[in-house]
Amino acid sequence: MKSFIKLAVLLFVAGSCASAWAAADIEINTPGVVALTQSMQARYPQLAPHYASGAVGLTSDGFVAVHDASAVPLAQRQAVNALVAAENHDRKALYSEIARANGHPEWTDDIRNTFAQRWIQRAQAGWWIQGAKGWAKK
Amino acid sequence: MNKTLIILTILSCSLAACVTINIYFPAAATEKAADKIIDEVWQIQKPDQPKPEQQKNSDDKPAENKTQKETK
Repeated sequence: MKSFIKLAVLLFVAGSCASAWAAADIEINTPGVVALTQSMQARYPQLAPHYASGAVGLTSDGFVAVHDASAVPLAQRQAVNALVAAENHDRKALYSEIARANGHPEWTDDIRNTFAQRWIQRAQAGWWIQGAKGWAKK
Repeated sequence: MNKTLIILTILSCSLAACVTINIYFPAAATEKAADKIIDEVWQIQKPDQPKPEQQKNSDDKPAENKTQKETK
């Protein structure tokens, strides 16, 4: 009985360690991630002028937000709000889908934070970025 | 019996260590994955284009960014 317990514990330890090696990479080639990426790519041409005008900016938590609604004619503001909502819906789904696809749903926030940094780092000059001290132009 | 307890203690300590490793979040790999997705979403063509921005982190990327358009 004693040796059985020891064997079981050993096997469990070995299993945990083995899965640690397997987790060293991040899988993004899943149908869900690809679909969300394509959806966001298709929306980008509509969002790009609003990024450039400052109507929409990047938030520090990995999403987008209306930064300056007055940069958009009144008639279009509803459409911009809808674009922002749709983009954020996709981004939220993307972060949790990547976490889920890698077997660690609890990584969603880490993934979102990593994306937040990369979106901001790779944003074009002139876009609006939300930092610790509020909005600033990149 | 005492011996078994000691062994079990040691084993559970190493088990805890392994679980800690297992929970470790692969930040570097995620950054690369994020860049790949951002390239696609924002249609960024040339990652090697010198951009007038301060390099915040040392993101010295190898040439693998060039394969951004490979199909799944």
